[in-house]
Amino acid sequence: MKKRKLTGAEIIWECVAKEEVEVVFGYPGGAILPAYDALEKYRDKIHHVLVRHEQGATHMADGYARASGKVGVAMATSGPGATNMITGLATAMMDSSPIVCITGQVPSSVIGSDAFQEVDITGATIPVTKHNYLVMDINELADIIKEGFHIARSGRPGPVLIDIPKDIQNQSIEFSYPETLIDIPGEVKSSGANDGQLKKFVEMIKASKRPFILAGHGVIISEATANLLEMAEKATIPIGATLLGIGGVPKNHPLVVGWMGMHGDTWVNQAIQKADLLIACGMRFDDRVTGNLKTYSPNSKKIHIEIDPAEINKNVKVDLPIHADLNEILSQVLPNLDQQDHHLWLNQIDKWRSESTGRDIIHQDPETLMGAHVIRKIWEGTNGNALIVTDVGQHQMLEAQYYEHNEPRTLITSGGLGTMGFSLPAGIGASFYEKDREIWVIVGDGSFQMTMMELGTAVQENRNINIAIINNGYLGMVRQWQEMFYDARYSETPIMSPDYIKLAEAYGLEAFRVENLDDVIPTMRKAQKQQGPSLIEFVVEKQDMVYPMVPAGADLHKMIERPVNITNEKKITNNQESLV
Amino acid sequence: MKQTLITLIENKPGVLHRIASLFRRRNFNIESVVAGSSETPGITRMTIITNEMDRQKRGNIYYNLLNLVNVVAVKDVSDLPCVTREFILIKLQSSLGQFRELNRLVKKFGARIVDKGSETIILEATDEKDMIDQLVDALNPFNITEIMRTGKISMRKGRTHNVLSETISANADQEKWQPEQIDTYQ
Repeated sequence: MKKRKLTGAEIIWECVAKEEVEVVFGYPGGAILPAYDALEKYRDKIHHVLVRHEQGATHMADGYARASGKVGVAMATSGPGATNMITGLATAMMDSSPIVCITGQVPSSVIGSDAFQEVDITGATIPVTKHNYLVMDINELADIIKEGFHIARSGRPGPVLIDIPKDIQNQSIEFSYPETLIDIPGEVKSSGANDGQLKKFVEMIKASKRPFILAGHGVIISEATANLLEMAEKATIPIGATLLGIGGVPKNHPLVVGWMGMHGDTWVNQAIQKADLLIACGMRFDDRVTGNLKTYSPNSKKIHIEIDPAEINKNVKVDLPIHADLNEILSQVLPNLDQQDHHLWLNQIDKWRSESTGRDIIHQDPETLMGAHVIRKIWEGTNGNALIVTDVGQHQMLEAQYYEHNEPRTLITSGGLGTMGFSLPAGIGASFYEKDREIWVIVGDGSFQMTMMELGTAVQENRNINIAIINNGYLGMVRQWQEMFYDARYSETPIMSPDYIKLAEAYGLEAFRVENLDDVIPTMRKAQKQQGPSLIEFVVEKQDMVYPMVPAGADLHKMIERPVNITNEKKITNNQESLV
Repeated sequence: MKQTLITLIENKPGVLHRIASLFRRRNFNIESVVAGSSETPGITRMTIITNEMDRQKRGNIYYNLLNLVNVVAVKDVSDLPCVTREFILIKLQSSLGQFRELNRLVKKFGARIVDKGSETIILEATDEKDMIDQLVDALNPFNITEIMRTGKISMRKGRTHNVLSETISANADQEKWQPEQIDTYQ
């Protein structure tokens, strides 16, 4: 490899380009100026997207990473630029999303002196990164970037931050790209399952009468969809998805019965509670999924396949822990698995399903426009094929309930951290990978106002995304909790919105307002025709709530279901016990 | 029996911060941490003692430590035969009249007088934690003015256990953390 003399700033771009990064989301500033100056020489390899706020850059990198499975990259300056990234790092950490954030730092000679725009960002981000680095020697820069990308994407993916002082960016060295990764002695690698574990796996399925598969985000990350379905089909095992597992298993498959948890399907939660075997695949038994741990699936044996050993036996004690890559384990188990029939069990789940269908708002015909109906129409209007990016709140739960996803990586949502303001930037980021698929950003009026300045980015970059604001004039999910658990004292949840049509006009994009169900599809058609971003504001019922619901910490089977007639009875007073 | 973890970490800036941050963030209780150089250049060896008694949570602490990129190896030696020692420095404000009794205690506990000033005496001792506790109790009448204890350090007995070279197989280790013993898979 021939050597060239390069500056630290040039080395950053050389290394980033070698990681097959085509787009970087960022915002320049004092301490990262050398890198931005050097960017001019790499324009042919890397497209830079100027964001409006560094938080947006991190969510864009995250959205890009979740849509593509590749590493997303964000860049910012020191101090406030770097601290603005913390929310995005924490979001990516919770949802195992591989992003690399590169931040400028004050010159190494003044680190520790409270220099202008100095923050100890490596110290501050230790709890919200998989790993981070402060580069103090230009000779280590290339190795660190290579290692950082490796750590972000390997094992359980996660965010990595690399902090590079300005003087390191300005120094020059004879450079040759490190073709091989230097050894990471502390890297935890799975040794794969041993024969005993695999044998036990098969035996436990064989012995089971009511098995149930919990499909998490790991199914998507490990690309295990085909093997998981084959296992389910062979032994007739029903599958439920977690919020982040949606899309990892196709909703139109007869064995995929729905999704689980706080606002999941009643019949899925009932099946989990009544199962005699849970096969947890790439998930972490989040409290939104389990409800009360003491009463969670009390009579089941549990198999847990998970790439992060610290997640095994963390919340739920399991009988067969397997620390390994999911797809690898499934491919090892499949040849030894016998055909099995669990149709009685499937019929039971179907019976539970039919019992709760009557309560579903989607089968009712309310006078006002309901969020649920808007989501359902978006599903129809996109033939169920869109990439949906949601924000956080009622609309997010409605999306999971009423938009049926049949392919992995078609739903991007902030699950673990529940970051409001995630969707618009994440949708912009995703659009840089997903160029052929229609993209819809579904967002509440509260969430939208947290990061709506990124409209500027969407317009400047002419991103072909459709933004659907579900406007109910409230911080709806918080309002729902106030109605249910705080005697309907709506403390600080009514929220004013700007005129979104005028706002959109100010940014120079087409916008529409919809107040009737019949107008949903025709307006969608107009938005779909637009080149570049478009926005539709759906003005929906202010007081609706998301049902069913497991109150925080309650038993999973004690779901509150929608009152039969929504117009007569808005207030919920009884805790419906749906599983006796 | 407290949880004793022998941990090998890369000697890089900020690694102690990462470990402290992990214990803080996960709400694990540290009783003591001692760090110092090991037999391998560039590798620092730590003995971490936690107050956690629950096996499941002990496993969680173990794997979270292991997940840190700069942590090279972790061995839980709580249930293994080990030599465990703690070091103490004690300063006494003591008159010479009590010297004979003090000397008796020093001999009994295998401690040493390392500094004799005109008004103060500094003792050192190395022993298991219980013996150090007893020494402090016995010295109480001599007007203790300062104490510095290091916390425990541990080493496994028997053949050389190179924690670094022991393969880390989480799938074999997982059984160790099971709430109650179920089948062995091997």
